[in-house]
Amino acid sequence: MIAVVDYGVGNLFSLAGSLSVLGLESIVTSDPAQIEAADRVILPGVGAFGDAVDKLRSLNLIPVLNRQVENGKPLMGICLGMQLLFEKSYEFGVHAGLGFLKGEICPLAEDLPAGFKVPQMGWNRLIAVRENEPLLRYAGEKPYVYYVHSFYAKGCEDSLSAVSEYGGLAVPGLVHKNNVFGAQFHPEKSGEAGLSMLRAFAEVTA
Amino acid sequence: MITKRIIPCLDIRNGRVVKGVNFQGVRDVDDPVDLARFYNAAGADELVFYDITASFEGRALFTDVLAKTAREVFIPLTVGGSINELSDFERVLRSGADKVSVNSGAVKNPDLVAQAAKKYGSQCVVLSMDVKRVDGAYRIFTKGGREMSQYEAVSWAVRGAENGAGELVVNSMDTDGVRRGFDLELLDAICARVNIPVIASGGAGCMEDFLTLFRSVPGVDAGLAASIFHFKEIAIADLKQYLIENGIEMRV
Repeated sequence: MIAVVDYGVGNLFSLAGSLSVLGLESIVTSDPAQIEAADRVILPGVGAFGDAVDKLRSLNLIPVLNRQVENGKPLMGICLGMQLLFEKSYEFGVHAGLGFLKGEICPLAEDLPAGFKVPQMGWNRLIAVRENEPLLRYAGEKPYVYYVHSFYAKGCEDSLSAVSEYGGLAVPGLVHKNNVFGAQFHPEKSGEAGLSMLRAFAEVTA
Repeated sequence: MITKRIIPCLDIRNGRVVKGVNFQGVRDVDDPVDLARFYNAAGADELVFYDITASFEGRALFTDVLAKTAREVFIPLTVGGSINELSDFERVLRSGADKVSVNSGAVKNPDLVAQAAKKYGSQCVVLSMDVKRVDGAYRIFTKGGREMSQYEAVSWAVRGAENGAGELVVNSMDTDGVRRGFDLELLDAICARVNIPVIASGGAGCMEDFLTLFRSVPGVDAGLAASIFHFKEIAIADLKQYLIENGIEMRV
């Protein structure tokens, strides 16, 4: 059973739909007990970092996420959910994240050359920087994935698995350390390639 | 590098596609879910559903269709048509839209874009504009092109971006339906002034028109069209292959 954490941000239809198309059992929930009972957890999210942390806190979801990670259960963050896995973010102020991964979330605009648009919106190739990333086992060579984001992870060499090139930056696309995974792009919006990564996530044994 | 995008647009009334499409392999030619599946398999990078329903009942049928599509088609879905207030954003985002395109509603209520961007994030706010040349100026039209507004198009685009729109759809009424190519002059004028993604709409008649678009106005991110895809004049897979052969990066 995969718990998809519902903390009131973002559209979860496609995520729940893609898991169901893959034949995977899932539950969209904000109940800590249901999250605790699941074998693995997906943390989705769109919107602003600070708001998302506040919502997780007010729903009392941070302790259960901490326990799941400590107990070795696979956790995957998607888009803003991926950013939340890091130590802190500079989106509208400075906010502490969940701190499961080393690194921080910084604005793309400050590091991009003039003329490169923010958000990065659209399809980009995902290039593995580490061998044998389990989430990419069915994805084929340099699959195209769909991004929508204005902030990106820096200082995450520790967990970096795959990147996409944008304006000369190697933008972290996929991160992974131990049982914690993150995708800056939207696997549930990335066609067959994205579905294959969700399938692979459902199979990882951390 | 990010690819250019090819986006088919479907007009939907009372939950059915207007002017259904007769493709091989599409069982029910008026069913938006079937067509969305077809376009997804054909390589569309994104889909736009434009709701032209006038009634409350029709709108409920539309949101059902949207929810069903979002559960089965795993590429971005943009929804436009009758988006006039925040509650309309809420309604379609809750039913599975990834992005919401606002047109006349933004002219009627110039704070709408800023409010929606603040509440739902810029990534889901698309400002769509119908533009026509009047006495040498680009003017914004509303109500499906029936009414001229007080706004000039380039400054309207700049203001939309400043207010937090995450993307622009620029539909030229001068080239729309003429099928002799996109409105390169207008698109160039807008791309020179904004730093958010721009989707070109209106005027595609053949594959060369897309190549000319992406080569002449490098700031354009995507080409949107309806009838040339629906009437099978251009297959998306062929179009993408042709553009790749001519040096334009496409997702295949």
